Amino acid sequence: MKAAVIVFPGSNCDRDCKTAIERSTGANVEMVWHGETELPGGLDLIVLPGGFSYGDYLRCGAMASLSPVMAEVCAAAERGVAVAGICNGFQILCEARLLPGALLRNASLQYVCKPVDLEIANGQTRFTAGFRGRREARMTVGHGEGNYFADEATLDRLEGEGQVVFRYRSNPNGSARSIAGIVNERGNVLGMMPHPDRAFEPELGSEDGALFFQSVLASA
Amino acid sequence: MSPPAKSLAETAVEFGLKPEEYQIIVRRLNREPNFVELGVFSVMWSEHCSYKSSRKHLAKFPTTGPRVIQGPGENAGVVDIGDGQACVFKMESHNHPSFIEPYQGAATGVGGIMRDVFTMGARPIALANALRFGDPGHPKTRRLVAGVVAGIGGYGNCVGVPTIAGETNFHHSYDGNILVNALCVGLADTDKIFYSAAPGPNLPVVYFGSKTGRDGIHGATMASAEFGEDAEEKRPTVQVGDPFAEKLLIEATLELMATGAVAAIQDMGAAGLTSSSVEMAGKGDVGIELDLDCVPQREEDMSAYEMMLSESQERMLAILKPGREEDARRIFEKWGLDAAVIGRTTETGRLVLTHGGAVVCDIPLGPLTQDAPLYDRPWVEPAVQAHLDPADVPPPADWSAAVLTLMGCPDVASKRWIWEQYDRHVMADTLEEPATAADAGIVRVHGTRKALAIACDCTPRYVAANPFEGGKQVVAEAWRNLSAAGADPIALTDNLNFGNPERPEIMGQIARAIDGMAEACRALDFPVVSGNVSLYNETAGQAILPTPAVAGVGLIPDYARRAGFASMRDGDALLVVGTSHGELGASLYLREVLGREDGAPPPVDLEFERRNGDFVRGLIRSGQVSTAHDLSDGGLIVAAAEMALASNVGVELSPTSATHAHGFLFGEDQGRYLIATADPAPILAAAHAAGLNVALAGQAGGSDFACHDLFRIPLARLREIHEGWMPAYMAGSAPVS
Amino acid sequence: MKATVHVFLKPGVLDVQGKAVESALHGLGWPKVAHVRVGRVIELDAPGDDAAAVESQVKAMCERLLANTVIEGYRVEVG
Repeated sequence: MKAAVIVFPGSNCDRDCKTAIERSTGANVEMVWHGETELPGGLDLIVLPGGFSYGDYLRCGAMASLSPVMAEVCAAAERGVAVAGICNGFQILCEARLLPGALLRNASLQYVCKPVDLEIANGQTRFTAGFRGRREARMTVGHGEGNYFADEATLDRLEGEGQVVFRYRSNPNGSARSIAGIVNERGNVLGMMPHPDRAFEPELGSEDGALFFQSVLASA
Repeated sequence: MSPPAKSLAETAVEFGLKPEEYQIIVRRLNREPNFVELGVFSVMWSEHCSYKSSRKHLAKFPTTGPRVIQGPGENAGVVDIGDGQACVFKMESHNHPSFIEPYQGAATGVGGIMRDVFTMGARPIALANALRFGDPGHPKTRRLVAGVVAGIGGYGNCVGVPTIAGETNFHHSYDGNILVNALCVGLADTDKIFYSAAPGPNLPVVYFGSKTGRDGIHGATMASAEFGEDAEEKRPTVQVGDPFAEKLLIEATLELMATGAVAAIQDMGAAGLTSSSVEMAGKGDVGIELDLDCVPQREEDMSAYEMMLSESQERMLAILKPGREEDARRIFEKWGLDAAVIGRTTETGRLVLTHGGAVVCDIPLGPLTQDAPLYDRPWVEPAVQAHLDPADVPPPADWSAAVLTLMGCPDVASKRWIWEQYDRHVMADTLEEPATAADAGIVRVHGTRKALAIACDCTPRYVAANPFEGGKQVVAEAWRNLSAAGADPIALTDNLNFGNPERPEIMGQIARAIDGMAEACRALDFPVVSGNVSLYNETAGQAILPTPAVAGVGLIPDYARRAGFASMRDGDALLVVGTSHGELGASLYLREVLGREDGAPPPVDLEFERRNGDFVRGLIRSGQVSTAHDLSDGGLIVAAAEMALASNVGVELSPTSATHAHGFLFGEDQGRYLIATADPAPILAAAHAAGLNVALAGQAGGSDFACHDLFRIPLARLREIHEGWMPAYMAGSAPVS
Repeated sequence: MKATVHVFLKPGVLDVQGKAVESALHGLGWPKVAHVRVGRVIELDAPGDDAAAVESQVKAMCERLLANTVIEGYRVEVG
């Protein structure tokens, strides 16, 4: 199994994602610099990691979404390769229009870092099948702009089509419909604010992130 | 900017030099300095850069040990943590800038301390901080808290290093002088540590990072002066940090070091290009020549003076091995950093600066570093408070109210409002931090079974009551917190925050506090490997409480054997390790419940401190104990309450002394630990065999926090009070940026 | 030629910063202030001396980078 983690200037969780994927799945993980115009072949998963790409300047993920490598990421998504955007990665996917909506500033106007209980709203996606019917997951969030927004029609469609994957039990940031993670219509591109890359070993407080990565790599 | 039309001697005073110091310069040079040279002297001889008031006393600290690779004198301290790995760490203050502009002052404090660590070749892996604010009722306090916390989070989170520990106190003595002490801990290989001494002449000097602007000119001298009424006008001298640039700088610097191209390196901190070039050349006993026309500049028409004194952030100065300039250039280009070769080391032993084709500074380096003034400032033995017997201190009129007052007071109340704004988990190696409840922040050493424990400590009210005893306690508590977490304490870094050292009573606090700290360091084999001094923390003659803060770092060989206090279970016995005489002098009970700040601080018996700590650590290492908490502020009451709240299990305390129950429960006797265990008998036996005092103090169970017939408080109510103070206090504040 | 871009959240998108600022202003003695919106101003020098051409250039910059048209609107002033 092979995964790629894209590294933008300012990405912080790239190495965390590599460690999480390696330790939970044994997959081969390659780090890909944002300036590359080609991706390695035979990828089963592309990860856009968390962090503060370009310092979150202008808008979170705005400049990263225009990086040279993103054209290849979009093409891979078109071909059906699994793409997971975590935290800043979710913001980049929305800016790149691979997912609908946008992430606004937290309603409290403050950065928040805390464990969150999640409802697995759709346990049949490539990313959640590995939870084997469990309705609950526990991970941590750490973000200042995680407040998911989309217009009502889009939100209704996301709900109706089962594209809401994770929902907060207790909304930490004001997200519409308490949405924590969504998937595209096709089901291969997922964006989520919580960090599976920080929940892959018992001593870290939860292994649900390991289940997440195992799930998507098993589905390849 | 042309030199003002006044005498250089007058200008010297404006630059923060005393008239006698100016005369020393004239004598050393055999002529008057020019404007640029005067600027260079003024910053190098400022209190902040030269430690002229404190160096004589700092020499008393033990700074060596079997694990010490590098003690004070470099950018940070370095200790050996086994397996060819080293831990690099230092704490630094950014007090005066944070008072002027709290967000940027705190943010740049974090940025600066990180650079001191990664300049030595260590990837930063943890941050911590010790904050002191004024009385909550003071009109400025709330805004300062909001700004400082937002700044620390804003910078640390963006750079991607977890902030995992800290301490926050409130006291009116900090009303006009807040303290922001920031710690950074980094990881390196022992054979890949980088130092700042230039290894020889004729080597290229490379500048890289952000462009130089007019930020913070004379920031070092501001840190060396008291605040007058004109503090507001000092605002333009505050530097602005760019954490994104810092992140790029970390990656580029570590990549550059990995190529083997770096011979010596130092970050540009206080006094920017001046201090870095002077120190690197001075330590290497070489000269240095810089062509200021080559310096990347953000503003137009910058003068030589401005470039040398600028404190623009996120800049590094490196001396490369010959011919490696191209390797460096490639890396800087990849990461989008400004960079230039700006000079060379020389054989002359002089600092020579050229600008616009002319020599604008030509001075010998010796006077700047080796001949920096060393003062033996006069000091008087501090007055100390008399011992307070618990028999002479009234018990609470209303026990429940007293307990709740203590749990909801600013120093004890939950600081969740603060630490939820910090990313505590980035790098995916954090095991313990405020949310998980332990006496130290703990991060794994990536890819190994080892972990590092970090604790920030200082009890300023003890130091004020008796600087020597209080100094001992500072070091003892840091050592104790690391032991309570299951770590072997390795070494300390310090941030000595005091008032005006020209006042003999303040100088006495400094001298005696250091004496006390040094004695504890020796007794506990806990050397000081780095540190910082911040003086002149006074406004209109009102000094802060003497605050010699420290941060201790310890090693946990196998992180499966560690302790916190969120794991107490229903039915556990509660044991107190250590002796309780009921020391209420300078205690929080006295201050918060009785409104008094008198009494001698609890004495520290360093021998029992060590024996009790070794005993507790042994229990943790053997797997017998995993729930432990040190006793400090608020004594047993606070420690047991914190354990109950974190574990979400009630507690029934049973005081061993029927007469001074309040002494046993609120006393702040040192060298004590609270342990929760399902199997107390073997522990009691082992303690007895070792000649140590361990007593049964209560039992876990139920949903109340209670003690006999003294008080019974539902845990939910205790939690409401403990968690409620800070959010309610800060709700009145406007959002920051 | 100088151009100024004002970027605002679209109506219907909750402006949390605007609300917080409005509250704070009310508390400071301006209780009748309403409809506070917090946006961004970007100034730049674009090549060329034809105002209409420059405006068109800058609008393209807005569509591509300076504004997120899912949630933001923009206004360009030239000269």
